[in-house]
Amino acid sequence: MIERNIENYAIELKGISKKFGSVVANNSIDLDIKYGEILALLGENGSGKTTLMNMLSGIYYPDGGTITVAGKDVTISSPNDAINLGIGMIHQHFKLVEAFNAVDNIVLGTKGKYQKPKVLKEKISEISNKFGLEIDSDKEVYNMSVSEKQTIEIMKVLYRGAKILILDEPTAVLTPQETEKLFRILRKMKEQGSAIIIITHKLNEVMEISDRVAILRKGNLIDTVKTCCTDENKLTELMVGRPVSLKIKRPETDNKKTILKVVDLSVVGEDGREALKNINFKLKRGEILGVAGIAGSGQKELCESIAGLMKIKHGAVLCNKENIIGKTPDEIIDLGISMSFVPEDRLGMGLVSSMGMVENVMLKSYKKNKGFFIDKNPARKLSEQLVKKLEIVTRNVDMPVRMMSGGNVQKVLLGREIESNPNVLITAYPVRGLDINSSYLIYDLLNEQKQKGVAVLFIGEDLDVLLEISDRIMVLCHGEVKGIVDAKNTTKEEIGLMMAGRSMEGADDDE
Amino acid sequence: MMSKTFIRTVKNLERSQFEILRLRIMAFIFALVAGGLFIIMIGYNPVELYGTIISGAFRSKMAIQATIKIMIPLLMSSLGVTLAFKMKFWNIGAEGQIIMGAVFSSYFALFHSNLPHGLLLLIMFVAGFIGGGLWGLIPAIFKTRHNTNETLFTLMLNYIALHVISFLRDGPWKDPGSSGFPKIARFVTNAQLDKVFGIQFGWIIGIILVVIIFIYLRYTKQGYEINVVGESQSTARYAGMNVKKIILRTMILSGGICGLTGVIQSAGSDMTLAASVAGGVGFTAIIVAWLANLNPVGILLVSFLFSILEKGSSVMQSTYGLSTYSAAVLQGIILFFILGCEFFVRYKFVFGNKGGARS
Repeated sequence: MIERNIENYAIELKGISKKFGSVVANNSIDLDIKYGEILALLGENGSGKTTLMNMLSGIYYPDGGTITVAGKDVTISSPNDAINLGIGMIHQHFKLVEAFNAVDNIVLGTKGKYQKPKVLKEKISEISNKFGLEIDSDKEVYNMSVSEKQTIEIMKVLYRGAKILILDEPTAVLTPQETEKLFRILRKMKEQGSAIIIITHKLNEVMEISDRVAILRKGNLIDTVKTCCTDENKLTELMVGRPVSLKIKRPETDNKKTILKVVDLSVVGEDGREALKNINFKLKRGEILGVAGIAGSGQKELCESIAGLMKIKHGAVLCNKENIIGKTPDEIIDLGISMSFVPEDRLGMGLVSSMGMVENVMLKSYKKNKGFFIDKNPARKLSEQLVKKLEIVTRNVDMPVRMMSGGNVQKVLLGREIESNPNVLITAYPVRGLDINSSYLIYDLLNEQKQKGVAVLFIGEDLDVLLEISDRIMVLCHGEVKGIVDAKNTTKEEIGLMMAGRSMEGADDDE
Repeated sequence: MMSKTFIRTVKNLERSQFEILRLRIMAFIFALVAGGLFIIMIGYNPVELYGTIISGAFRSKMAIQATIKIMIPLLMSSLGVTLAFKMKFWNIGAEGQIIMGAVFSSYFALFHSNLPHGLLLLIMFVAGFIGGGLWGLIPAIFKTRHNTNETLFTLMLNYIALHVISFLRDGPWKDPGSSGFPKIARFVTNAQLDKVFGIQFGWIIGIILVVIIFIYLRYTKQGYEINVVGESQSTARYAGMNVKKIILRTMILSGGICGLTGVIQSAGSDMTLAASVAGGVGFTAIIVAWLANLNPVGILLVSFLFSILEKGSSVMQSTYGLSTYSAAVLQGIILFFILGCEFFVRYKFVFGNKGGARS
């Protein structure tokens, strides 16, 4: 190429910077993407991926630098500007009206004259055929699976004529099979000349789908590499800044005795639907039982019913042969059952965001000392120990935890649960949104507990991780256990099929 | 580059203490200027009038005593609502809780006034606490049982309480010696609060309460529970706290303290049970509590400033023959700026193509 054909570039970013207060989220970033190309944006949490993309979609406004779209300098000061420029973003959390059907959701907010549903449907099916999307126009959103909802989101931006698509961690909520389907759509769009930016931190997906990879670290663009000329280890090194071993340990333990037994557990969720249907499983000392499933398959309800936070429809949870159903959360904590649930917003349950570490650490134990007054000294000592042991970054132990980064917040949460010397440790999404280093630290902590003889129930998102760390994996789908398999002898595909609803032979026997 | 100017608000959480102080001082100056414009408009000298407000609140021993007298109920009811607000329970019902406290204690002041003085006062305080506490407990019960909206509920209870007084005044408790004019009899001296330094001893109770609430919120298990429940009920439940019990208990305390305010106002200042026993104090208390950031020591300071404004402007009004309303307008202007300033403490404006928002 002798002369650069400017028309070829969908987006060119030059010197884009963005600060939040004193935090530099993006530091003078130069990045470009052509039409007919898939660019993966890779980086650890807090590296500035989402901020950068939010500036393209008009949610944030850059402090400095220029954005060029299709060869023209532009100002994107609102999401509307972005749509007018043909930029569409698909967020991690869907923004759909649950009670509306597919067509209504797709056309919602578009300008122009009223058109008959029939005309709209034709228009939509024309676009669907072009890109290979499967859409049931009349289906209401609340009846849709996560994958279907995502397709609607993609359709929404295509309908608005977007030629540039940004997807923020689109595969986080999908089964492996659904991910394949999404990738087929993306490839088709690429063939049709769309420019696609995909934010992710799953390396295998980066290798599979992208043409080029841009790596961000601490707000700086470290490098842009061709996918064909790199591998997962090199990408990790670029992302973290030094070589990292990606192997998760699975230590062997003996004397596995059943400590928790769940029998025919059924729970009605907040929406009135049965969230758990006749769940049966056993949890043993010295093992990690992984729980796989698409988001919203009953994981939250499972945690909460064991912790005594939910009303049980029927069934029993036996801890050392004592039924804990009907006990208060307080009494269950005293039995040594500890639950740490990391919700999407990380702080929702388990921690009080405006309080410091000291006050959060004593959340479950403040009643232990007698009298009317509270004694913060043991909690203060423990906090200081945790800071050292888990390398928690905080100005001091009284700094509100909401000012900590996500990883540190999760360390506080898990650290507190572990320090309570539990018999059963239930942990949901403990590495949600964490960078590689912190994730491995958490895996080590869980393994350490397992070796101490604690029974660990690990509810996870990333199948690769579950396969490596768990001893057994239980798969949930629509509140039912689809099977419990030995993690050493199963495959990702098998688990994927179970996540989508196929039942398998169980491995839940007494040894 | 095409360019557009636009104004947006940006959440600003990183102001230093110094900046916040500067903002508050600026707001105060702006308030004085705007109030001054109003005073000029109605044909007076702003400097003189402002001077009168200050001197009016402090010019004599009696004036100071009057200022403190205004401050006592404001201080106490602010402390009361603070307990509920810390729990994010929007208790707008201090007014009604004050009234019910006054009603309960007045029963003893009116009909058992021959008891020994100390015992009578003690019974009155206990009764006042129970009355206010009960009025606080009712919305809390409905909140915990049926998840009713506590803002509306407590607000509506205010009117019920107000009409309870009217009912008592026009009927069962009507003063037989008032020759047909509906009013409740004046308390006998035995049922009146004693004076310390020329002011009813409610001020001592107020100061003690500041200390107690401060310690309660910061150093006790119950205070800790209130904070956790206020931040997130699901976290509190997860930690094994009995959220319902905490809400009920805290609302008894919150209403109870407001009830004590009613006792002090009726037996210390009014010497009778008047329909105006609360007189809007319960609402002003909400402003005071928030301006002080729910900090008991801050409440002491803010309620003092409020009383200066209140007392000073009544002196200003009588000195210059202003109407009540113009004094109220002036108070309104000053409050507007002070409260408006809180917006700038939390947010800032961004003009043009700079900066950005964390949505």
